Amino acid sequence: MIRPALPRWLAVPAGLAAVFLVVPLIAMFGRVDWLHLPSLLASPAAVDALWLSLRTCLASTVLCLVLGLPLALVLARARGRWATAGRVLASLPMVLPPVVAGLALLVALGRRAWLGRHLSAFGIDLAFTTAAVVVAQTFVAMPYLVVSVEGALRSAQEHYEVAAATLGASPTTVLRRVTLPLAAPAIASGTALAFARALGEFGATLTFAGSLQGTTQTLPLEIYLARESDTNTAIALSVVLLIIAAGLIAVTSVFSRVKGTTS
Amino acid sequence: MIRALVVVAALALLGACSPAAPSAASSKELVVFAASSLSDTYTSLGKTFEAAHPGVLVKFSFGGSSTLVDQLKEGAPADVFASADRQNMEKATTANLISGVPSLFATNTLTLIVPTGNPAGITGLDSSLDGKKLVVCADGVPCGSATTKLAKLLGVTLKPVSEETKVTDVRAKVESGQADAGVVYVTDAKASGSKVDTVAIKNADQVKNEYLLGVVATSKNSRLASQFVALVTGSDGQRTLSGAGFTLP
Repeated sequence: MIRPALPRWLAVPAGLAAVFLVVPLIAMFGRVDWLHLPSLLASPAAVDALWLSLRTCLASTVLCLVLGLPLALVLARARGRWATAGRVLASLPMVLPPVVAGLALLVALGRRAWLGRHLSAFGIDLAFTTAAVVVAQTFVAMPYLVVSVEGALRSAQEHYEVAAATLGASPTTVLRRVTLPLAAPAIASGTALAFARALGEFGATLTFAGSLQGTTQTLPLEIYLARESDTNTAIALSVVLLIIAAGLIAVTSVFSRVKGTTS
Repeated sequence: MIRALVVVAALALLGACSPAAPSAASSKELVVFAASSLSDTYTSLGKTFEAAHPGVLVKFSFGGSSTLVDQLKEGAPADVFASADRQNMEKATTANLISGVPSLFATNTLTLIVPTGNPAGITGLDSSLDGKKLVVCADGVPCGSATTKLAKLLGVTLKPVSEETKVTDVRAKVESGQADAGVVYVTDAKASGSKVDTVAIKNADQVKNEYLLGVVATSKNSRLASQFVALVTGSDGQRTLSGAGFTLP
């Protein structure tokens, strides 16, 4: 079947949209002080920030997978009013302004908060630690994984699972051999999205974890601080962040294409 | 998946859109770019100015002084610029963004704030801070540069758990009890009211942050702008500023 062509006039708004999205990014590349880029990126603050960002994002992405994947599986199966409520709640942190996410975490896990006080009784004090950064990143990034995996699972056809079960496979075997492999592209792209969101996390980290070089000052926080005194460093770091993010998005789109051709 | 993405995009748009300020028709606008620490005093002075100049609407953009200078450099339309330190005002004057000589209108000094009741028993910028959660401004922002200078003057080495970009973030962390102590301006301590206790720092008056303001070179309302400068440096303005904890030059 050949799809009818799109109307030609559509090219005008589409082109405008593309220009609008691309121009600011290209403009930033134009402002980069390429000559001093290596030395700007080699400053201790920049290296610490980059390294801290990579470590915390890796940790929060693992947490997103370990906790978010089961949640996606459960939500994809759930039916009824409670399931809808669960889906809304699970995707809410995604649309909260980051500062609100930080405030919410503070009210729940801060040193004076109910949960925070109980944690300190066990000797766990999150305030101003790297762990607090991971908590903030996981909170804002997990919904991306949950929403993309849950969507893929719900639209997946269930007859493979039914066939496997009829042949005597246990629920765990069905999950391991059928459900998860079928959802693999969505899991991969959801994971990359979650990593990218964690990498860009700013507001919740600033509000909840603070900002100290090597401990809580991730790449976006370092960019925010550098901008106050040294625009060149801020732009150099922004470009690094942009390149990493572009790589991640490229990975996601490759995986969604794989999914598109197999389903 | 696609439906989910559409929903996500729609929600994201909702989150990103904040209500736009209503635009006033047929009245003259005076745009004032001012350091965040001036937001309370300038807002009230803006009302005084509007009352004295019928038909004039004073609009404020509050932000970090260096952010405001950057915006002015990029051609942001402003009539008055007020900086929280001399360094940023000098950046603006060397870029020919200010007409004439900026006027010094207030100074601010540093103080320690602690959560109400001082649970960590802080006595000053001294050994009582050892092992406690101290939050300061980062070096490079005006309040952070002042903190570094004062610590050097007192011969103490600070070990903060966080270096914030904005003094209001330091305040928020002490008010919420996350931090045991924070170094802020006297005006911030005053604005926090009963949510914090103040612990004075020895010799704090030796490190002064100077606030300067001037008329922006590209201003189309330079007469009105000069009148606003006169209000701030005049007796009304000075009374408001000293009421908020600023020291007068």
